[in-house]
Amino acid sequence: MKTIENAKIISKEFISENICDMVIECSHITREAKAGQFVELYPDNGINLLPRPISICGINKIQGTVRLVFQIVGKGTELFSRLREGDSIRVLGPCGNGYDIIDDVDGRALLVGGGIGIPPLLEACRQLNCTKIAVLGYRTGSFLADEFREAGAKVYITTDDGSLGFKGNVVDLLKAEDISADIIYSCGPRIMLKYLSAWAEEKNISCCVSMEERMACGIGACVGCVLPVKENDKIVYKKVCKDGPVFDSREVCW
Amino acid sequence: MNTKVNICGVELKNPIMTASGTFGSGREYSELTDLNKIGAVVVKGVAAKPWQGNPPPRIAEVYGGMLNSVGLQNPGVDYFIENDIPFLRQYDTKIVVNVCGHSIDQYKAVVKKLRGRDVDLLELNISCPNVDEGGMAFGTDPVMVEKVVSEVKKEADKPLIVKLSPNVTDITATAKAAVRGGADALSLINTITGMKIDIHRRAPVLYRKIGGMSGPAVKPIALRMVYEVCKCVDVPVIGMGGISNGEDAIEFIMAGATAVAIGTANFVNPKATADTLKGIEEYMIENGIEDICQIRGIIE
Repeated sequence: MKTIENAKIISKEFISENICDMVIECSHITREAKAGQFVELYPDNGINLLPRPISICGINKIQGTVRLVFQIVGKGTELFSRLREGDSIRVLGPCGNGYDIIDDVDGRALLVGGGIGIPPLLEACRQLNCTKIAVLGYRTGSFLADEFREAGAKVYITTDDGSLGFKGNVVDLLKAEDISADIIYSCGPRIMLKYLSAWAEEKNISCCVSMEERMACGIGACVGCVLPVKENDKIVYKKVCKDGPVFDSREVCW
Repeated sequence: MNTKVNICGVELKNPIMTASGTFGSGREYSELTDLNKIGAVVVKGVAAKPWQGNPPPRIAEVYGGMLNSVGLQNPGVDYFIENDIPFLRQYDTKIVVNVCGHSIDQYKAVVKKLRGRDVDLLELNISCPNVDEGGMAFGTDPVMVEKVVSEVKKEADKPLIVKLSPNVTDITATAKAAVRGGADALSLINTITGMKIDIHRRAPVLYRKIGGMSGPAVKPIALRMVYEVCKCVDVPVIGMGGISNGEDAIEFIMAGATAVAIGTANFVNPKATADTLKGIEEYMIENGIEDICQIRGIIE
C-alpha cells in the first residue's frame, strides 16, 4: 500500500561534492518499504511539477525513517539538497517492486553498483543473510564503501581514473578477480548493467538489474517510463515504476 | 448545496472528471485517493487491439508543465471489458471510455464491442498528437471530424463525447463540425504539440521528438478555447487543460464548461481530484452559491 506523507528531514549531509545523504521520517512508507524500492519526492515549487524518483538506501523500521542518498543532477534534486534538518517534504511511496532478497545461507550474493546506483544495494546487502561480495564502481574516490563492509560484504572498488582500487570498470574487475556467485543484485548506468548482464549470462548466474527511465506519475498510471522487455518471443513495454525498477537481466532488451 | 451536473442524461454527482491517459483506469490511484469522490473516471484510451505505444523516452518536464509521447499504449478493449469495468463498478463514479483508433473502422470496432457493456459515456479521441494515423490527423480537419464522428455515432449505444485538439487555427470550426456529425458533448483540450532539446546530447529529449504539452502552463490557452467553444455550440462541454485546484475549475465552469477534468495535476498531487472538489465546494459556500449551475457560463 502506497502513502503520501509530509516527511520531516531528520538529517542531511553532503558525502561528496554533489551527493546528498538525507534521512527522512515517514512512518507509513517505512513500514511497507523493501530494499530496491524508491520514493517519489515532490519539488512543490510550482515550476518543476513532477515528482523525482529516489532509491531507498536504508530502512529503519524502528525509527520510521528511510535514508536517501542521491546525486544532484537537475533542478529537482538541487532543490532537495537545499532542505535542512526540520524542514518537511511531500513524499509518495514505497514505489516499485524492489529486490527479491533470497534467504539462502549457502549461496553467495554479488552486489554490483555503479555511481549513484550504489545506494539501493546497501539496504539489500544488510538484509542478505549469506556470503556477500560488493563490487562498487566510481568515477573517482568512493562513498558508502565502509558501510558495505560493516554489513558484512567483501568489498572491491573500481574507479575510472584509478584514484582508488582497481582502475577500470566493474566487469573488468569481475573478470580479473575471477569472482563467481549464485545471484547478482545490481544497479547503475545502463551501459554497466548491459555488460554485467552479458557476463552473468555467460557464467549462467541469475542477475537482477535495477533500471531507470524518465517518469511522471511513479505509480503505473501514465505509462511514461517504459522499458522494452522480452516476453514469450515478443517485445513488450513494461513500466519501470511499477513492473520494475528491478528486472531479470535476461528479459531486458539491451 | 448542489454539485450535480448532467452530461447528455448521465448525472454526475459532481463536475470532477479525470483526463484520459492520466489516471489509467483508476486502479493505481485508488490507493491514494477516494474514487467515490470523482464525478466520472475517464479511462485511458482503449483500442480494438492491444497497442504497444512509442519507444521511450516518453516524458519530459518543461517549465510549468510536461510533454508526453506515450502513443496510447493500451491492452485493448477485450482486456478493458474483462478487467477494468468490474474494477470501476466497485465505486460510486461514472465510467467514460476514451476510444482510440488508427482508422474509422478501428474506432467503430471498439464502440461496437462496448455496445451493451456497463459503461456510461464514450469519449472519441480524435486528438492524440502522438500517433501517426488516426488521433490528431482526424481531429484537425473539420470535414474529417464530421465524417469520423457521424460514422462512429451510428455504432454507439451511449452518448458520445468528442475530444478536440487545440492544434488548430480555429477550434470553433472543429467543434461545430463534431456537433454536425452528431457529437452529444465535447471535451477539450487535448495536449498542445511541443518539444524539448537536450543541449548536452544535442538531441530531442523525447524519442518521437515532438510530444503533447500539458500542465498549468497550458491553462490560459485551454480556458480561451473552452470559452470560444461554449459560445458557439449548444452541447455540454467538458473543460480541461492545466486544472490543478478549485479556482482553476471554477474558471472553466464560468467560461461555460459543464464539467472539468483533472489531468497532469494527478501526477503532481495524486489527491488532486478530491482537492479540486473541496476547492469548488468551499468557493460555493463562501459565495453563497446553492447550485453549481448558477455560475456556469456567466462570462459574457
